[in-house]
Amino acid sequence: MSLIRNGSIVDNDWVNVGDDETLPADVPVFVSLTRWLAERETLMGRNTPIGVTLSSSEAPEAIIDDLDRIQVIALQFPTFKDGRGYSYARLLRERYGFEGEIRASGDVLYDQWFAMSRCGVDAFEVPEGTTIEAFNEAMTEFSLVYQATGDGRQTVMQLRHRS
Amino acid sequence: MYRYDEFDHTLVRERVAQFSGQVKRRLAGEMTEDQFKPLRLMNGLYLQLHAYMLRVAVPYGTLSGKQMHMLAHIARKYDKGYGHFTTRQNIQYNWPKLDEVPAILEDLASVEMHAIQTSGNCIRNVTSDQYAGAAAGEIDDPRIWSEIIRQWSTFHPEFTYLPRKFKFAVAGMREDRAAIRFHDIGIELVKGVDGKVAFDIYAGGGQGRTPMIAPLIGTAVPADDLIAYVESILRVYNMNGRRDNLYKARIKILVHAIGAEEMKRQVEEEFSHAKNDPNLTLPAAEIARIRTYFEAPAFETLPDISDAFEKEKTENKRFADWVHTNVATHKMPGYAIANISLKPIGGVAGDASADQMDVVADLTNEFSFDEVRVTHEQNLTLPHVRKQDLFTLWQKLDATSLGDANLALITDHIVCPGLDYCALANARSIPISQEIAERFEDLDRQHNIGELKIKISGCINACGHHHAGHIGILGVDKKGTEFYQVSLGGSADETPSVGEIVGPAFTEDKIADAIETIVETYLGVRIGGERFLDTYRRIGKEPFKEKLYVTN
Amino acid sequence: MAQHTNKRATTQAVTANRLIDGEVVYFTKAGDWSEKLTDAVVADGKEDCAALFAHAEPAVAALLVVEPYLFEVADEDGTLVPASVREKIRMAGPTIRLDLGKQAVSA
Repeated sequence: MSLIRNGSIVDNDWVNVGDDETLPADVPVFVSLTRWLAERETLMGRNTPIGVTLSSSEAPEAIIDDLDRIQVIALQFPTFKDGRGYSYARLLRERYGFEGEIRASGDVLYDQWFAMSRCGVDAFEVPEGTTIEAFNEAMTEFSLVYQATGDGRQTVMQLRHRS
Repeated sequence: MYRYDEFDHTLVRERVAQFSGQVKRRLAGEMTEDQFKPLRLMNGLYLQLHAYMLRVAVPYGTLSGKQMHMLAHIARKYDKGYGHFTTRQNIQYNWPKLDEVPAILEDLASVEMHAIQTSGNCIRNVTSDQYAGAAAGEIDDPRIWSEIIRQWSTFHPEFTYLPRKFKFAVAGMREDRAAIRFHDIGIELVKGVDGKVAFDIYAGGGQGRTPMIAPLIGTAVPADDLIAYVESILRVYNMNGRRDNLYKARIKILVHAIGAEEMKRQVEEEFSHAKNDPNLTLPAAEIARIRTYFEAPAFETLPDISDAFEKEKTENKRFADWVHTNVATHKMPGYAIANISLKPIGGVAGDASADQMDVVADLTNEFSFDEVRVTHEQNLTLPHVRKQDLFTLWQKLDATSLGDANLALITDHIVCPGLDYCALANARSIPISQEIAERFEDLDRQHNIGELKIKISGCINACGHHHAGHIGILGVDKKGTEFYQVSLGGSADETPSVGEIVGPAFTEDKIADAIETIVETYLGVRIGGERFLDTYRRIGKEPFKEKLYVTN
Repeated sequence: MAQHTNKRATTQAVTANRLIDGEVVYFTKAGDWSEKLTDAVVADGKEDCAALFAHAEPAVAALLVVEPYLFEVADEDGTLVPASVREKIRMAGPTIRLDLGKQAVSA
């Protein structure tokens, strides 16, 4: 699994820590929502970035008060057909004002990247061997969009009526 | 009707390129079928019993003559010379080849058509009233709002992977020819408190395994808030619809589970944010722009009575019969709405040959301001025909077996493709329709019976809308033999009702007899001008049950 | 399709649709796919059928077919026929259009 962030393939030094595992020191870690809610104070006190993984049935409202203390939120896509994360991403970006990284993890494939990015996802755990060319291709398959999202892209309607 | 601008054209072209890329990757083994399937479904491509099936979108059922000619061309060039018009106003081709679908899509794009989102767990074709812009009493042309919803829902990045498919229908007035109460979202245009266009928004209707009539969720929602409101419903659904069980994943299940009140509360909660989102406000300029495409055509000023038309009716009984059932009142004097039956006795309900499509295309151009509509009951409608032209029109239709005078009569069926085509079916449906139609072929008898809508499905998915049939027939498989279960009293109009099963299922050789028994029972007790549905609503199912299951 | 597989069937063959054009095909003794059921190889009993399916399945990854499955067959006066109505129709073509599908070719 490779990590693409802001349009580049980057090293992934994040560690997923299970609910009962000891938290490793000095590395950025992901914990589940359950663990975050149970140990927020400890986690917030760490000297490395902290991330929360939301399963596809965990809406981000649960961490709405902590968003400025979390650097990355990982949204799980257990199968690419489970589209709940798209709504979660938009809520995080557009309603709750989350400014950290939103990372799509799980079954995250070529044909979903563009829609995910429009919803506010800016990092993708992609299949090993994915090239940045493929990623860029996926991102530019459509030059126009009908709907406005938080990504600031001008919509077809706006283009039609610009004076 | 709506015409693409450069932006619409670009998006459709890019979609064709995208799908071509996806097909290439699939054929090169870069994608498994499991990964490819949702993508091909979102371009309308199914795998059915005998072959692939391509479902082409006909937005709110509206076509120009040129587009109908292209549909004929596709049938000839890529398929086996015919197409099937569906209960969602689309057209299906039953024999396309996967590697030719990109070329089909390119041909479609050249006439502003596509197969986008006609399948898959996304927002599907928005359907509407086939009499839009022609019938009197419309609050506003529902297709304006259908087009707005269409663009908003096309490639919507948040709603591409919903729990299940999502279907919209829009009616422009209280009289409902679009079956809005049986849709995931059904919209009725109403007058708001300020006298302007507003929407009563129903959510959670559907047929399938668990038929439900959509409850009212939003009352008189102002036009400006339409997109914010439907986006709110979709978000609530996307986040809360079931993902664990495909058969319980529609919004109707969610609404039923939490109740209409709670659904409304959640939607209003979401809407309280959405309505202030400038991203979701429809600019007046855009509404005005779309409205211009649906302005009335250049109607002539005509007397309401056409002497020629009156004369032709007296001189030709077959024509008069056709007028009696198939011609509806137009809001403009001297004009009429002409319905084309795709249910000839002995034919396949809803099918049209390439030749027939070409004839209809020419007639559309010549007699109906270049506009034809597909109806959800699998017929076609020419919305704006001068009364003085009806006879010539009918003669040309009749010459190509499109002149059957049976609209809404007992031989005008909605029929799903059934086990003859569909991989999901348990029983054949088309032959049952043919048998019944042949049994009731006599037109005088049909007229005597009056309006009686039979709807036939080959499996529990109810694509034949059997739950909403005055008489509904559901094909089932009992230990390898096809049986047919009958329900009575369903209705898809503004008085919606789900049909009630009348008793044990019938075999294929008994089903037509059963229909005869039902009809005879009705004729024996009807009062005044009662239609079958009216009689049923008055007397209930017992009298029919008694006659059907007489124990000797 | 899985939902139409008869779990109690003993004598079965394997069918699928060809990837490129959707044509109904049957797995043969030679290990390829024929449009004719009469070319199909038949297995008897749970183990044999499972083995047959395992032989046929690689055709999916080989990009020849999609959605293969076992289906019940029977012998009708020496000719191999499908046991179910569904597979009979699938083999022949739509019953209401005898001019379409495989039935038209053999007519």
